[in-house]
Formats: sequence, C-alpha cells, structure tokens
Amino acid sequence: MIAPFSGFGLGLRKPHYAEFLETRVAVDFVEVISENFMVEGGRPRRILREVRERYPVALHGVSMSLGSADGLDGAYLARLRALVDEVDPLFVSDHLSWSRIEGFNSHDLLPLPYTNAALDLVCANLDRAQDAMGRAMLIENPSTYIDFAPADMTEWEFLDRLCARTGCGLLLDVNNVFVSASNHGFDPLAYLDGIPHVRVRQIHLAGHSQGSELLIDTHDQPVPAPVWELYAHVLPRLGSVATMIERDDAIPPLHELLAELGTARHIAAGGVRAAA
Amino acid sequence: MSLLDLQRDMRAWLVDEDAVAANRLGGGDVAAGLRIHLNNFRAQLTACLEESFAQTRAWIGGDAFHHAVVTHVERVHPGSWTLDAYSRDFPATLKLLYPADPEIAELAWIEQALAEAFAGPDTEALTAAELHDVDWDNAVLRFTPTLDLTELTTNAPAIWSALAQGAEPPAVAMLSENGAILAWRDGEMPRFRAIDQIEHQALLRLRASLPFGGLCAGLVELLGEEAGVARAGAMLGQWLADALITSLGSGTRRNAPEQPLPPAQDA
Repeated sequence: MIAPFSGFGLGLRKPHYAEFLETRVAVDFVEVISENFMVEGGRPRRILREVRERYPVALHGVSMSLGSADGLDGAYLARLRALVDEVDPLFVSDHLSWSRIEGFNSHDLLPLPYTNAALDLVCANLDRAQDAMGRAMLIENPSTYIDFAPADMTEWEFLDRLCARTGCGLLLDVNNVFVSASNHGFDPLAYLDGIPHVRVRQIHLAGHSQGSELLIDTHDQPVPAPVWELYAHVLPRLGSVATMIERDDAIPPLHELLAELGTARHIAAGGVRAAA
Repeated sequence: MSLLDLQRDMRAWLVDEDAVAANRLGGGDVAAGLRIHLNNFRAQLTACLEESFAQTRAWIGGDAFHHAVVTHVERVHPGSWTLDAYSRDFPATLKLLYPADPEIAELAWIEQALAEAFAGPDTEALTAAELHDVDWDNAVLRFTPTLDLTELTTNAPAIWSALAQGAEPPAVAMLSENGAILAWRDGEMPRFRAIDQIEHQALLRLRASLPFGGLCAGLVELLGEEAGVARAGAMLGQWLADALITSLGSGTRRNAPEQPLPPAQDA
C-alpha cells in the first residue's frame, strides 16, 4: 500500500521557480512533471534538487503510456527509476491512457476502450512499471473525448479492478471526472461514488474550456464552481489525501494559485466554498 | 477490433487524417473527439518547434516558419518519450526547404545545440592550475559530453547573437572559407563559438582519442615548428578557458594524424 500523505500543494512551473526557491511558499508539497526533469543534468536537475531540499515532491508523468498495446519503453522506465531514486518522491503517478505505439509517440493522453482485454494489458504494463519503480504507483483518471464502444465496464469500474489487481493507488482528477461526464453524459457523482475510495492518495483540481463541441481539459483556467462542488462531495469519503491545484497554461501569479489552494483547504476543513 | 489495431488506427488518423481508420474507430460517434486529439497532436508539435527555434522564427518570419513547421510535422513523426527529441531533425528540414539560404539551418542548429547542452550531463572542467607533470605527448584530452560541432558556411552566429539580444541582425554573409561552430555548456550556461577548420579538425581528432602530441606533430607539419606549437598551445589555452576539457587520459603517441590537417587560413 502507498503511504498516505495529507496536505495541499501546487504544481511546480517555471514562472514560479524563484519564489519556490527563495521564499517559503505555503504549500505542503509540490508536484513536478517527471519528464521535465528526466534530463541528464544542468539547471533543471539543480532546480529539482534544491526544491526537494525545501519541499516534499510528487513525480507526475505524462509519457509512460500504460495502455500501449506493444508494451512499455524500457529506457523510459530506467530513466524514471533513476529520478525516483534521486528524489525519493511522495508519489509516482501517470495516466490511464496511451500515447505511444510501434515507435510513434503522439505526446497526447489518448483514450482506451474499457474492455477486459484492455484491462489485462494495462494490468500487465502497470505490473512491469511498478516492478521497475520498486514501488506502487498512482494512476490518474483521464479527461476523455472518445467513448469507445463496446465496453465491458465503466471507467470507474476499470480503475477499481486495476487497483485490486495491481495494488496501485489513484490520483483522482476531479476536473477530469467533470469533463468526461459532460462529454459522455454520465453522472459524475456515480463516478465519484464508484471509485475505490481507500485507494485515493492524491487529488488534482484544475479548470477546463468549452470547445466547439466538447469540454476540453486545458488547465488554463481557475477551478470552476462545479469542480469545487464535486471536490466537496468526494472529500469526506476519502482518507488522508494530498490535494493540489494543477495549472499548465495561462499560468497566473503564484498568489492566485495559493488563493485557490486556500479554497481547497477551506472545503477540507468543512467550510462552504465562497462564491467564485 | 484488437487494442493494437485500435492504436494503429489512431496513429493513422493523427499522422495522415486517415478517414478509413477514423470510421473503424467509430465514425461519427467519435468524430468530435478525434478532431480534438488531432488538434492536440499538431499543437504540441508546433509549440515544441516554436519554443525551440525562436531566433530562427524571428529571422525567416512567422509565415515561412509556419510552412517549415507544417513540412516538418508531415516529414518527421515523433518517436521519443520526450518532445525535446522532436526538434532534433528540424535543422535538416530547414536545409531541405532552403538550400540557397544555409544560414537558416545553421541558425536552427545553434538553437538546437544550445538546448541540448542546457540539459546535458554535468561535468567538472579541468583548470590550468590542475595541470601538473602532464606527459603532453601522450595526453588524451577528454571533452565535456555537452560539446557538439558542425560545419559553418555563413555568419549565422552573429545573426543569432543579434536576434537574441533584440538588436538589428547583420545581413547574411557567406564565410570566405568554410569554418565550423562548437556549442557546449559552461557551468549552467550554454555557449557557442565559431572556429576555423584547423580547430574543427583538431577537436574531431582529439575526441577520437588522438593524443595531444599527435595533434602537435600534425600542426608542426602543417604550419611549421614555431607556428604549429604556438597554435596547439593557443587552442589548448582556449579550451581550458572555455571549460571544455574535463580530464586527461593517456594514450599512445602517434606522430601525425591519419589525415593531414587542412591548410591554415591565416598561416
């Protein structure tokens, strides 16, 4: 089992490096994109070392491609393991998705069909990844824009079985639940009630954008009211979790993200969220 | 449909906008989602190239750069887990697109080499003060692994420097004789320097484990005793000052390089 950690954090982004290194930012942990630091040396690795000296760090990946039908990239796993050994992170996470097939890498989090065959494949890949990391990982639910038919189970049932078979934990992205529910017409509360709550170790909160046809997980907006409501719904059902605000584009000044994190703290303390 | 077939069809959609593959994936039921993923795929690659080649873009203009990006996305499919790798072949695409304007690909090479050096392996540079009792005849110089070299035909380094400083760049000019450029990282700072063919060939041969004595012998043969030794010493001093040398090994002295060094431009 993955040791729980209770706290509130932010994603480490370049515009905020100096504040994280030169001041004591009011966070309990920071999350970094693993691939940004899976380089051989130079300033990125020095920054990460210095950040790690000041804050607990979670490693969040986007390129493991756990759903690849032709298996995982061994060189990628080795490089990530080296980073894990150096950082000793709170968590190592990646997504329930795929991006690479037969030497082609889309650099996008592509959806999987929720079939028994896909579950077998992802379980086998995740077993290999966890063996390579020497630890259990957290798997994040994706935002999806395609609902492949026919399916043998819902996404939350897929995650439940994945956790049971591999011993992994969950990184619950509440915004992704909202986006996928809107795009595919399912009830987000059914999703949040259906996941294995005891497996959730981390929560992502983010914003999205309305595309021409579907909601898109852009991470370029503040956390919207419906996502806060879902967070308030699910949080009492969970044990100790690490909550963070995830912003990847249109990155605002740090104090704005800290204000959003304050809202998360308020909700976690049992308060009612102030009007946006 | 097997998962492997599904993923092959998704690749065909992203790379070629293959309508038959899109139909197999679900046709109209998945069309909106497929369009989002196609946009994501292209936007990621475009952003990667725009961020990696800001000065090249400034030099050729946004429209020409966009055309080059579209050509590159059609020509080169990403394969690595890191997007950083996708920009490696962009100078070659520019060379194909602009054969009569070699400074464009050379500008892009500078940007790519600086980016590679930025996150290359950490090493400690040797200093002149650490050089005691060196058997220079047999010394094999080990260079920083961030060092990269290529041939140079234009004043691209001057153009790049002006653009990077927001200054008016000089007009493009061909070098009177082809030279070379090296890029590396000094501490945390990526750097580059234009060099002549003698230094280019010297670096290539030293990196191939030619002992320093062999280089000196070649330079003496090329430039004469006094000038050859002086040139070898000057280059060694510059490499030490540039933090290019990380250690000294020992090898078997060879009297001369396997191929003669090029004629000196200013000898």
